[in-house]
Amino acid sequence: MDDTRRSFLKIAGLSMLGFGAKPVVDAVAGAGGPKFEKDPKAFNGKRWAMVVDQQKCLKAKDGCKDCVLACNSAHNIPSFNNPKDEIKWIWQTSFEHAFPGQENPYINDYIKTSLKGLPFLVLCNHCDNPPCVRVCPVQATFRRPDGIVAMDYHRCIGCRFCMAACPYGARNLNWSDPRPFIKKENPEYPTRTRGVVEKCNFCSELLAVGKLPACVEACKEKALVFGDLEDPNSEVRELLRTRPTIQRKPQLGTRPQIYYIL
Amino acid sequence: MYNAGKIIIGIVIFLALITAPFWYNLAKPSAPPKLELGTQEKQCVESKAFMQANHMVLLDQWRDEVVRDGKRIYVNSAGKQFNMSLQNTCTKCHSTKTKFCDRCHTYLNVAPNCWDCHIAPKEQEKLAGRSDK
Repeated sequence: MDDTRRSFLKIAGLSMLGFGAKPVVDAVAGAGGPKFEKDPKAFNGKRWAMVVDQQKCLKAKDGCKDCVLACNSAHNIPSFNNPKDEIKWIWQTSFEHAFPGQENPYINDYIKTSLKGLPFLVLCNHCDNPPCVRVCPVQATFRRPDGIVAMDYHRCIGCRFCMAACPYGARNLNWSDPRPFIKKENPEYPTRTRGVVEKCNFCSELLAVGKLPACVEACKEKALVFGDLEDPNSEVRELLRTRPTIQRKPQLGTRPQIYYIL
Repeated sequence: MYNAGKIIIGIVIFLALITAPFWYNLAKPSAPPKLELGTQEKQCVESKAFMQANHMVLLDQWRDEVVRDGKRIYVNSAGKQFNMSLQNTCTKCHSTKTKFCDRCHTYLNVAPNCWDCHIAPKEQEKLAGRSDK
């Protein structure tokens, strides 16, 4: 009797093990189903960043806003004609607004004379330590492995914590339906809807198909340089090596990744 | 039982009224909507049966893969590749949203909010384009 009970338990144990192993085998062997892949043309940066060369921006024609306009049309950004409702991904602002705390009478003079008082281009800094990501209660905004601070508009609940957290004003809420305020829709890219916060995405949709960001492409003077900081031979690294650069509000510890050449 | 006649008649009327919608539907079953695919293409990204039952699940999967993981190519069970995009892939074939998506969604009383942000195909232009060919 003992013998049969013993062998029964052995067989039962083995068969239980078999049942347990089945999902594992299925998971390993189940390669026949659909798969998700990256576009082979995609740029694979490890840490995207941008250098804004104000010296080159100087050479542009008066009142040039090519980069801003290119971004607006590429991403279906509405123009509400009301500064309170304004949506902006990349925009122009004065030195004292872009770099508060770094102004003094002499640098202000330098900006006025040597840089002809031209506005500075500002956009999301795609921080290494992004406060907007930390405060988002639904993980609608998140930091991608390549450093881009991205947004999942499907998840955004419009709480505006991120707008309060961002020290650069790079985020805007759609207070009303933006559709009627889009001049010309780009059919390739979605719009946003009422109650959703939006921001610059470093043109991740273009990087995914091997194209440079729209603002970079649009700049005729090549004042915007986009590249991979982890690649020591990239153009951004070359500029950062050879030219002195400043960042916006570095003292806040957000580690912004847009660098400015004055 | 007091007033048995009245009560029984009352119960019969009550039952007739409360089950009226069922009788109404039995007498006149509403026809399922006729969908216009809007395309001559024979094969969707997956089989017709799969798409009918699971297109919403598939679209959610696509959304998460594209937005969260940055993967934009879908390889279907037959090994064919597609760009995962409602706006740039699905509506290139299903070019008549009002006669395809909307008809069934209205019939089933579901209101997905895809089109709040994603731009629906321009139907007039598409039709004009087809008559040219």
